[in-house]
Amino acid sequence: MEEVKVSKSINIKGLVCPYTFVKAKLAIEEMELGEVLEILLDYEEASRSIPKSMEDHGQKVLKVEKINDTDWQLVIRKEKE
Amino acid sequence: MEFTEDQLQRYSRHIILPEVGGKGQKKLLNAKVFIIGAGGLGCPVGYYLAAAGVGTIGMIDNDTVELSNLQRQIAHSTRTLGMPKIDSAKNTFEALNPDVKVVGIKERISKDNIKDLIKCYDVVVDGSDNFPTRYLVNDACVMLKKPLVSGAILRFEGQVTTILPGDGHCYRCLFEEMPPAGLVPSCQEAGVIGAITGVVGSLQALEVVKLILGKGEVLKNTLLIYDALRTTFRRVKIPKNPDCPVCGSKPTITELQDYDAGYCRL
Repeated sequence: MEEVKVSKSINIKGLVCPYTFVKAKLAIEEMELGEVLEILLDYEEASRSIPKSMEDHGQKVLKVEKINDTDWQLVIRKEKE
Repeated sequence: MEFTEDQLQRYSRHIILPEVGGKGQKKLLNAKVFIIGAGGLGCPVGYYLAAAGVGTIGMIDNDTVELSNLQRQIAHSTRTLGMPKIDSAKNTFEALNPDVKVVGIKERISKDNIKDLIKCYDVVVDGSDNFPTRYLVNDACVMLKKPLVSGAILRFEGQVTTILPGDGHCYRCLFEEMPPAGLVPSCQEAGVIGAITGVVGSLQALEVVKLILGKGEVLKNTLLIYDALRTTFRRVKIPKNPDCPVCGSKPTITELQDYDAGYCRL
């Protein structure tokens, strides 16, 4: 995958659904189209539900990766207001 | 404005909706809605708007809570019998959501006070129970260009319509003149099934929420009729009347009138 420039990064470790998505959605709402959001989280279900919800809302999921024993990294590009 | 952690939790089910989000929730928190009547319709409308976080809810009603109200007026309770309805409703709504400020006015709405009362609000909701008030509210909203969500109930039937002055129909495009006193029975004479106030009031609350969010389609040029006995909804097209006496091109009603003459009230 080509390197993408992350515009904003949020750490939502410790949060569970639906607050994981609430925080992610509020973060991406405040960004410009084309900007990239990085999300760090440790709630496994959200590593599946956030990408799905973001796609449902018209955003582009660039990366979903388990980065260590407990944490996931999501990278999402804003494509829709 | 940033959300508090409590607000993130309280409004989380709104924020995750694509049609609402954080931006829409902030619109709701900044919105001002004026409700005519704290009775069968005003209770559920105010209750759901308070739950939704509509920041300012104005409400006018001159009555006190009676035992015969409690079969349908769910913001009041046995404990608030005898209390002014606006105080009873204010307590209920602010207990549900401390983000909401309820401005209660214990007066009768009239041609002399209505314009001052509604002028600072974004949307007006008619939950009144009589024709003089219904026509007064319609005419005032047309004159001030205030969106109006009008509801009515009787027996097992309810109606809702949304009036956008300058854009769609108004109540007088539908029924130009008031019916003569006594022709249409009141709830007191004819009865009303309690839960219909919840259906119609919830429909009105959702019309208000959509107007605030700017999402979806409202009941413009449309009367929605709910028949609870048959469980049917009917949509009736209501074209804007170009010769309407209040919203037409050459209005003959340009000032609010004395609407009460000859009418008895509940």
